[in-house]
Amino acid sequence: MVNLIVDDKKIKVEEGKSVLQACLENSIFIPNMCFIKTREHPHASCRLCFVEIDGLDRPVTSCTEKVRQGLVVRTATPSVRRLQRMAFKLLMSAHHCQPKVCPAKDGCQLIRTAKHLEVGLNPRPLERLERDVEEEVDLIFFTYYPFRCVLCGKCVYVCRQRNGHNPLTFANRGFDTVIGFFASGDPADVPCHHCGACANVCPTGALVLKPEYTNAATTNR
Amino acid sequence: MSRVDIKKRFAPILREATRRTEEKKTDGIPTIYIVMSTCGLASGAAETKQAFEEALSHKSIEARIVPVGCLGHCYAEPLVVIDHPTSGLPPICYHQVSAARAQVLVKSYLEKGDPVFKYVLGATEENDLIPAVMDFPRFNLEQRLVMEQCGRIDPNDIYQSVAEGGYGGLVKALGSAPEEVIAEIETSGLRGRGGAGFPAGRKWRLARGAGPGEKIVICNADEGDPGAYMDRTILESNPHQLLEGLAICAYAIGANQAHVYVRAEYPLAVKTIQQAIKSGEQLSLLGSSILGTSFNLEVIVFQGSGAFVCGEETALIHSIEGKRGMPQHRPPYPVEKGLWERPTVVNNVKTLSCVPSIINRGAEWFRSIGTEKSPGTAIFSVVGNVIHPGLVEIAMGTSLRTLIFDVCGGIPKKKSFKAVQIGGPSGGCLPESFLDTPIDFDSLTEAGAMMGSGGMVVMDENSCMVDVSRYFLDFTQKESCGKCTFCRIGTRHLLNILDRITKGEGREEDLGLLETLSKDIKSGSLCGLGKTAPNPVLTSLKYFLDEYEAHVREKRCPALKCRALTAFYIDLEKCARGCDVCVGCCPVEAIFTTTGRKKAIDQELCVKCGECMVVCPPEYDALEKVSPPELAPIIERSPEKK
Repeated sequence: MVNLIVDDKKIKVEEGKSVLQACLENSIFIPNMCFIKTREHPHASCRLCFVEIDGLDRPVTSCTEKVRQGLVVRTATPSVRRLQRMAFKLLMSAHHCQPKVCPAKDGCQLIRTAKHLEVGLNPRPLERLERDVEEEVDLIFFTYYPFRCVLCGKCVYVCRQRNGHNPLTFANRGFDTVIGFFASGDPADVPCHHCGACANVCPTGALVLKPEYTNAATTNR
Repeated sequence: MSRVDIKKRFAPILREATRRTEEKKTDGIPTIYIVMSTCGLASGAAETKQAFEEALSHKSIEARIVPVGCLGHCYAEPLVVIDHPTSGLPPICYHQVSAARAQVLVKSYLEKGDPVFKYVLGATEENDLIPAVMDFPRFNLEQRLVMEQCGRIDPNDIYQSVAEGGYGGLVKALGSAPEEVIAEIETSGLRGRGGAGFPAGRKWRLARGAGPGEKIVICNADEGDPGAYMDRTILESNPHQLLEGLAICAYAIGANQAHVYVRAEYPLAVKTIQQAIKSGEQLSLLGSSILGTSFNLEVIVFQGSGAFVCGEETALIHSIEGKRGMPQHRPPYPVEKGLWERPTVVNNVKTLSCVPSIINRGAEWFRSIGTEKSPGTAIFSVVGNVIHPGLVEIAMGTSLRTLIFDVCGGIPKKKSFKAVQIGGPSGGCLPESFLDTPIDFDSLTEAGAMMGSGGMVVMDENSCMVDVSRYFLDFTQKESCGKCTFCRIGTRHLLNILDRITKGEGREEDLGLLETLSKDIKSGSLCGLGKTAPNPVLTSLKYFLDEYEAHVREKRCPALKCRALTAFYIDLEKCARGCDVCVGCCPVEAIFTTTGRKKAIDQELCVKCGECMVVCPPEYDALEKVSPPELAPIIERSPEKK
């Protein structure tokens, strides 16, 4: 066990954990999209979980920092907030927020983040970006909504963990990156048991299991 | 095995190499060296070679044709060096040798003994008859260490490399303990030539110390900066120097496996390095039990598919493992956990190519070149508005002014210098006031640019800095892997803002937003690509803010570059009656005849291609380009002619 101080609060956690996990387990919220606690090497792609650590000259992502004895962490300094707000606005500039129809489980992570960062859901002063993708993509067992997706990559990870191989992966690159489903045609030929793990882990309701497969998913869980 | 035994094993190879070189020197047959790397081939070296062959057989003249790698003098391609021992002249270097010139050279020089002075660039040795190339600034201000043999030896003939000292460093290294080799590299102060400048010796030591088990060494030849081609040239011109460096590194860190990650868009480089590996294995300089020792090294060529981000070491490793080329957070660094989870050293082509000469000539010799903190040389591919573009190898610490104005001949067409972009898309644009900055890792980073892998674009007064930033951002946002938020979405916003500024739709708040966003992308991104992507924007905002302001506030492009902000018109005072070359060249029929049989441009139809300005005869010089476009006088086309 090691002791660390987060925002003047003393906490005690097991060694080997990341600062982010340590904070979350001690009811200190740090915004995050791509963090999975069982993941050995953090994906570190959402760039929301910045914190300042005494001794380091600039904010660092807390998911990539391991806890150490005596670590002093600050989660809400101006430079941390500045980066988090910019990252959030960037995400929102490519995300279509539809609170009324949003199927995100337990509430959308983006809304929770907005509240925490005390910013609105609009990306101002950034503009909304147009993307050359369809509103809805049919992925046989799922429906994928590219405009909701923040590309946290959790679905890709959990599927590979659970099933060894997976048809879910990143496709295209740069701003055009989407989640791709490498399968076509007959559902029987698809290497997917529609276990629903990917849809469950989605923080923004971008990947939704089709109603006709939901029952199978609950029994598989 | 003792040092003596290794030398004994190497002796017959060296003997054979020396014998072959001596034979060439003494048999009196002329040798024609043709530069046949990718750049030479693109400018017609294959046709030149064929013309030589045909002319020689037609005249029944005996001569040896040796295809060699690149000399780095792109402005003079195709280059040919003719060594005609019986003529009494030194070897002569000829520039722009087309197929027709090749025929002339065979007829005049090889047959009749006249060296055709008008095609001569210079002699390659000091003599009394022909000025030697070494007296030209483009040659004598350079200090060649890595590129010493480039363009002088046949890359596909391992013996030519050995005759010039190739693999001597490996022989020396194998006779010493791995720790001694690492210590030598550490003492030399060699810093990674891939851009960041991390000390190579320290990297090797970390990898060697990273637990037991096998290590891996990777040569990063995934060169992707627009306008940069140093690594390609080295691979194509002297692959054995690189392989020797790779083998020394592998021996030092305890690796039995080496990968050369080279992009598939470099087919000749791939072929050359594969051929070099094969011939190295045949002579037991690579492969299993090298020179009779217990050291084995398997060298594998991996062809990358051209993603710029795969030049980042963690993405490169993923790519070799068959995964999507996406960078990941470091630590763990590849020296702890790299390819297949094994400690891995990833070094750039130029870094590894420096290694043989450091081992051969010693760390002190290497330290005597360059500056204290950045010893050795820097290789730049200087392109853009310079008289003598090409590859230049200079000692670290040389000033930008010397490089651009003395070595590369300055700006053509008597135009003035505006900026130099160093370090590719990750680097920055430096204005004239920075010309006396010494070229080394720390000075360039301090100025806001970076050493990068060695791309350098020189720009004259006609380059618009907003447009240049837009160009680089277009490149980085296309090449972003799409993983992290700042790079994936942030660079797209930067591009959109720059795009609208160059179109004259920029808003006052855009300038502040550009700066804030750039700074946040720099501190928030996951990997080096994102962290450096805003550099072109930040440096141009800092040094050329007036240009941005002119675009946003006055809708004016001071360099007359941005299409939406410029217009062409014909000065009726200067336009000649009856001349109609401009009418014929206009692709959209925007030019019409107005009063006095003079010509005018229909601004609504004009696509601003600038062709009319090119073709208007210099004695009239009637075309004018202005910005903002409202400055062009409007001449109405008579309705019936529309």
